Amino acid sequence: MPSTIDIDSKLAEEYRYGFVSDIESETIPRGLNEDIVRMISAKKDEPEWMLEYRLKAFRFWKEQPEPTWANVSYPPIDYENLYYYSAPKKNTDGPKSLNDVDAELLATFDRLGVPLGERERLAGVAVDAVFDSVSVATTHQEELEKCGVIFCSFSEAVKNHPELVKKYFGSVVPYTDNFYTALNSAVFSDGSFCFIPKGVHCPLELSTYFRINAAETGQFERTLIVAEDSSYVSYLEGCTAPMRDENQLHAAVVELVAFDDAEIKYSTVQNWYAGDANGKGGIYNFVTKRGKCQGRNSKISWTQVEAGAAITWKYPSVLLLGDNSVGEFYSVALTNNMMQADTGTKMIHVGKNTSSTIISKGISCDQSHNSYRGLVRVLPGASGARNRSECDSMLVGNQCSANTFPYLEVENNTAVIEHEATTSRISAEQMFYLESRGLDKEGAVSLLVNGFCKEVFKKLPLEFSVEAVKLLEMKLEGSVG
Amino acid sequence: MLEIKDLCARVVDGDAILEGLTMTVKAGEVHAIMGPNGSGKSTLAKVIAGHPDYEVTSGSIGYEINRRTRDLLELEPHERAREGVFLAFQYPVEVPGVSNSVFLRAAFNEICRHHGIEELDPIDFAVLLKDKMAMLEMDESFVNRAVNVDFSGGEKKRNEILQMAVMSPRVAFLDETDSGLDVDSMKIVASGVNKLRSENNAIVLITHYQRLLNYIKPDFVHIIAGGKIVRSGGPELAHEVEERGYDWLVK
Ligand SMILES: Nc1ncnc2c1ncn2[C@@H]1O[C@H](COP(=O)(O)OP(=O)(O)OP(=O)(O)O)[C@@H](O)[C@H]1O
Ligand SMILES: [Mg+2]
Repeated sequence: MPSTIDIDSKLAEEYRYGFVSDIESETIPRGLNEDIVRMISAKKDEPEWMLEYRLKAFRFWKEQPEPTWANVSYPPIDYENLYYYSAPKKNTDGPKSLNDVDAELLATFDRLGVPLGERERLAGVAVDAVFDSVSVATTHQEELEKCGVIFCSFSEAVKNHPELVKKYFGSVVPYTDNFYTALNSAVFSDGSFCFIPKGVHCPLELSTYFRINAAETGQFERTLIVAEDSSYVSYLEGCTAPMRDENQLHAAVVELVAFDDAEIKYSTVQNWYAGDANGKGGIYNFVTKRGKCQGRNSKISWTQVEAGAAITWKYPSVLLLGDNSVGEFYSVALTNNMMQADTGTKMIHVGKNTSSTIISKGISCDQSHNSYRGLVRVLPGASGARNRSECDSMLVGNQCSANTFPYLEVENNTAVIEHEATTSRISAEQMFYLESRGLDKEGAVSLLVNGFCKEVFKKLPLEFSVEAVKLLEMKLEGSVG
Repeated sequence: MLEIKDLCARVVDGDAILEGLTMTVKAGEVHAIMGPNGSGKSTLAKVIAGHPDYEVTSGSIGYEINRRTRDLLELEPHERAREGVFLAFQYPVEVPGVSNSVFLRAAFNEICRHHGIEELDPIDFAVLLKDKMAMLEMDESFVNRAVNVDFSGGEKKRNEILQMAVMSPRVAFLDETDSGLDVDSMKIVASGVNKLRSENNAIVLITHYQRLLNYIKPDFVHIIAGGKIVRSGGPELAHEVEERGYDWLVK
């Protein structure tokens, strides 16, 4: 009896966001050198200190070998052959009112389900819309200003809040961290900046929508979120890109800082174009995300639903410095067709009585590879540290693979660490059982997958958890024969 | 409502198991199927439900849908279920991560949707489910437990009948639902099944023990051996088998 369900990978499932917007854009020449770095800085009219930072990062990057330890494989990237900057023409001079935003751009974001216009925009969610290398609009800013919350594009922050940017930029993820952070620090173009002052519970969800449109262009964004004492913010990012035959690079850096009693909840629904069924095209998603629990009782939680990108290389981490601080990582990573994902987290316990939770759910279908890689490190001073990790993999079909690479470095013997890992396969018997109860194949798989992921889904803000469920169902459609 | 004609089936690319089986089930009837181990009883039930391990080599399974006879073999397993064909498994399958209530509501709503009836939201469904569980004297804790995971053998069997109660099938095959039930549980489950009987539906009991038939009275008893029906009769046939075994029938 066959122990697995038959997979007949149908035509590539429809990728709803695969369209290209016809927008006149301004690019700079291909390639990467100091002149390009200076050009990007000049485009953004940056202060000297920022240019200096970029150049230092660039020089460091040139000396770095590309990392090869991840469980993914791809042909070498020709960094000299990429474009590092592309911006819609009219919008090169920084912040602007919605009235100035190109109609085609507004239409693009409408079509992506992120309307920006005064009337249609999402209630309860402030959106920063990033198109290729620049932020084109940020909604609800006035409302947020009233309670002292700063939410703007990164370029705007450099101009209007240089003291804050100087203080925190690179303080969690230095450009020397790794190859991609050095690259990002040299050529980053835009992203979002959020600052929640002391005692403020941010009244809206903050979110950034990243859209890559231009061909052969990399997107290198920066996000910086600072939560002062006793503040709270929930932030969400979404991302999509057109279907193109070439691979495109997306190398972002996200930094979070939480002070005493502050909480940052960071959620991602990642749906980059993943390439076609034969593995042609798709985004390389090489991202460094790290949060610093600076203060006592501070809390940072990462929730991610990774459902797109040809290759994902991403380990959102928490540095637990403050005593009693809490780090969380909740992740669903789905791979299908030829996708490869190597993702997980790092929890570094430094303060006393710090605790961390890791819940990782990997689902692999078709011929994809899905690896969890996680580090739990307890430093000598972190007495009373606790960690609970649960890493589960689900296989759909028998040509895919799943791996778990947990690393544990414990230097304090009062630490309590629990680790569990399971691997399961959707069996033919389970499928038949569910079908015999009236569910079709897709309904059966989505029931199984939603059951598998529910611990993570319930951590997402409600409206996005519905989105996430739909996204996974859509992705699975092509993979269940 | 169900007319099985000269049904021959084999394991996909393997041995023949059913070798010309004919059986007619009318609405309102209860049939019992008995027969030695390995004679093809479960295979018959699974072929009717559409299990992908088996391939029908000849014959047909006529089933009345909207007053028209269709061959079940033309329908996918989930379509058969939505049309009212139900199988209580001899070996119920565990479904980790999916709670009984989520599972049952999904099944229930599929059927509603298929028949153009309004689906139930979680709250209304909970009321319906509570009622069905009370009928089967099941503890409420089973609502939130993952389907069949860590259930005892008897609990799994009772859970199958709960599914039957929720889905209200038109023809239900209960494959050895009595095996593994203690005496009291069997009475409870049997009385539940009796409550689900009506003149519009039919039940086929697969069993090794005459005892079940004291509680759910069959109209017909069939003996399967070697993949076909070798004898049909009334309830007395079950008693005879209990006393004499199968040798005299199989020869
Ligand atoms: N998927 C399968 N692959 C191989 N052989 C099978 C398969 N299913 C059934 N068989 C064989 O077909 C025969 C009939 O099996 P079946 O399960 O229908 O018997 P049964 O009458 O239900 O027996 P029991 O009373 O023990 O439940 C047995 O010999 C069994 O081993
Ligand atoms: Mg059997």
